[in-house]
Amino acid sequence: MCRTGDGPEPTEIADAAGTNAAFIALLEDSAEELYESAPCGYLSTLMDGTIAKINATLLNWLGLRREAVVGKARFADLLTVGGKLYHETHFAPLLRIQGELRGIALELKSADGRRLPVLVSSVVKYGGEDEPLLIRTTVFDAADRRAYEQELLRRRQEAERARAEAEQARGEADRARRQAEVERERLADALAVLQQSLVPSSLPVVPGLEAAVHYHTASPDRLGGDFYDLFPLGGGRWAFFLGDVCGKGPRAAALTSLTRYTLRAAALHSPEPAAVLTTLNTVLYEKHAAGGDPRFCTVIFGTIEPGTDHDRTTVRLASGGHPPSLVLRADGHADYLTTPGGLLVGVLPTAPFSTAETTLGAGDTLLLYTDGLTEARTGATRESLFGDDALRAFAADHAPSSASGVITALTGLLESFGDGLDDDTALLALGVPATHPTAHPATNQPR
Amino acid sequence: MDIRGRNNVSVTGLADGPVVVLAHGFGCDQNMWRLVVPALAKQYRVVLFDYVGSGGSDLSAWSQERYSSLQGYAQDVVEVCDELQLEEAVFVGHSVSAIVGVLAARMAPTRIGALVMVAPSPRYIDDAGYRGGFSAQDIEELLDSLESNYLGWSSTMAPVIMGNPERPELGQELTNSFCATDPDIAQVFARTTFLSDSREDLKSVAVPTLVLECSQDVIAPREVGAYVHAAIPSSRLVTLEATGHCPQLSAPEATSEAILDFLASWR
Repeated sequence: MCRTGDGPEPTEIADAAGTNAAFIALLEDSAEELYESAPCGYLSTLMDGTIAKINATLLNWLGLRREAVVGKARFADLLTVGGKLYHETHFAPLLRIQGELRGIALELKSADGRRLPVLVSSVVKYGGEDEPLLIRTTVFDAADRRAYEQELLRRRQEAERARAEAEQARGEADRARRQAEVERERLADALAVLQQSLVPSSLPVVPGLEAAVHYHTASPDRLGGDFYDLFPLGGGRWAFFLGDVCGKGPRAAALTSLTRYTLRAAALHSPEPAAVLTTLNTVLYEKHAAGGDPRFCTVIFGTIEPGTDHDRTTVRLASGGHPPSLVLRADGHADYLTTPGGLLVGVLPTAPFSTAETTLGAGDTLLLYTDGLTEARTGATRESLFGDDALRAFAADHAPSSASGVITALTGLLESFGDGLDDDTALLALGVPATHPTAHPATNQPR
Repeated sequence: MDIRGRNNVSVTGLADGPVVVLAHGFGCDQNMWRLVVPALAKQYRVVLFDYVGSGGSDLSAWSQERYSSLQGYAQDVVEVCDELQLEEAVFVGHSVSAIVGVLAARMAPTRIGALVMVAPSPRYIDDAGYRGGFSAQDIEELLDSLESNYLGWSSTMAPVIMGNPERPELGQELTNSFCATDPDIAQVFARTTFLSDSREDLKSVAVPTLVLECSQDVIAPREVGAYVHAAIPSSRLVTLEATGHCPQLSAPEATSEAILDFLASWR
């Protein structure tokens, strides 16, 4: 572009006018004016806090007149009492130590009693010999910021309270859990004692006979519905029984207890097996079914009478609705011993029972069991039952076998069922030793 | 436990001189004494420390239970004295530490031979027939101020400062770190300090005692100084021409002079 005239360009004129306006405005806003009307409070104090100079903005906030403040009040006098304490314990010492202090949150108290949240920064002015001369302080309105901080603080306190409550709840849950464990242990102890009354803690030693048992309870409280016993009748004769009451748990245990002691008492009175079961039937019927609450059991009761010269042992037994016992013969056969008649015990007011008899020679073993064994679920889908035929085949495979031998083999079988074995199971084996018929200690006791 | 590290103990001054222990009050730490230490160090062996929870002390040694009573702080003093095997030391306690000194002198009479109580108050809250200067409400306001001002304390930086006592420059990089305290700990110290009532304890003082008060002190007004002086028969009262609660900072020459005068007359 070429210049065509002497005058200044129009844009230059506009620039000059702008600069001029800015300059005029600057003249209007003198340092003094800026100090007095700044958007923050200014304050200068002597080292002891006496106010020497204060700007109009701060006086306005406080609602105080200059004459009432300058030379008369100390900075700390402008603060709330809590603020004064903080000033004396933190603010003033810190300012002395490090010569400056920034962004301290305090509250001013105005003449009309209002509280003004402010942020305060101070710096010490030193003289030529490093002696402190005065303190310059700026004061910023922090109402909004303080409200925001209060909100944060409130949230933090809420979070802490929630955490404390959660911890308390956890503590209470822990206490409840510990209490429950104590209760459970106490219950387990009580059940263990009760359990002792349902099955003998150990089998007696029977001369000329070996006895072995296995006892498995499916319920977690270890109160099974199966029961057995072996006890002397006197005169060298012994009685035994094995059975299964209906139901599980404490109610079954009560019935088991009644059954066991009825059988023992009846056997001592008159050991004829059919008569013993008749007595039991009467007792259970009278106690339960007659009252409209039928409770029953299946059971085999029997007596053992050693032969005169230990060659043949006579076994007489009767069954009340119970799976037949098995005899494992010395020659390798295994057969069920059928017991004619025999209804569930406790269902009808009168029930016919009859006594069957067999003899055990050297090497023969009698096996009694509950249906937990034959009704164990087998197969990949756990849908088929183990069954009577399979049991007889298993027994035949193991015959001849001692009492402890067959119990050991069957225990292994039960374990192989895994979760297919979901019912109580009791096994009782009585065998005449194959050679040298002497007294053997019972083995495989329940635990 | 390493007491010297735990309480950030430092020993300076005349190596075989009589011992003066300087104890800070509620608020800052041993830096409170920095302006009077040079004058005292010329004639005395000067022991400085921080209470557990303050300054450069080991925060992991702090427990709310122990430091919720002044006895806990006095236990700190006794343990520092035991560690240094002090005998008849002069205990100079500022503010609440003046009372802590009274308790410590009772717990370990052979360790502490004289007390200097700088701006003491046995009870801050007004009571029937007693004017401490504050109401319980005022103390709650102070606790609010503590909540609002962390003074450079931060939970992430604290371990750096605490873990490097040989590198104080790390701490100085943080503004206000002399008074930086874990806010939760500061709350406990504040409550313990300002809610205590130790008027009965003053009667047990059996050693020569200097009560040093300021002419203008909001926290320990002159009538409280007179009360302390009257309650301790073996005490001398000196009023410093000083404003505020910390004469060792606002009037260091007068403060050290008064302490030295008292020590000279007692020794």
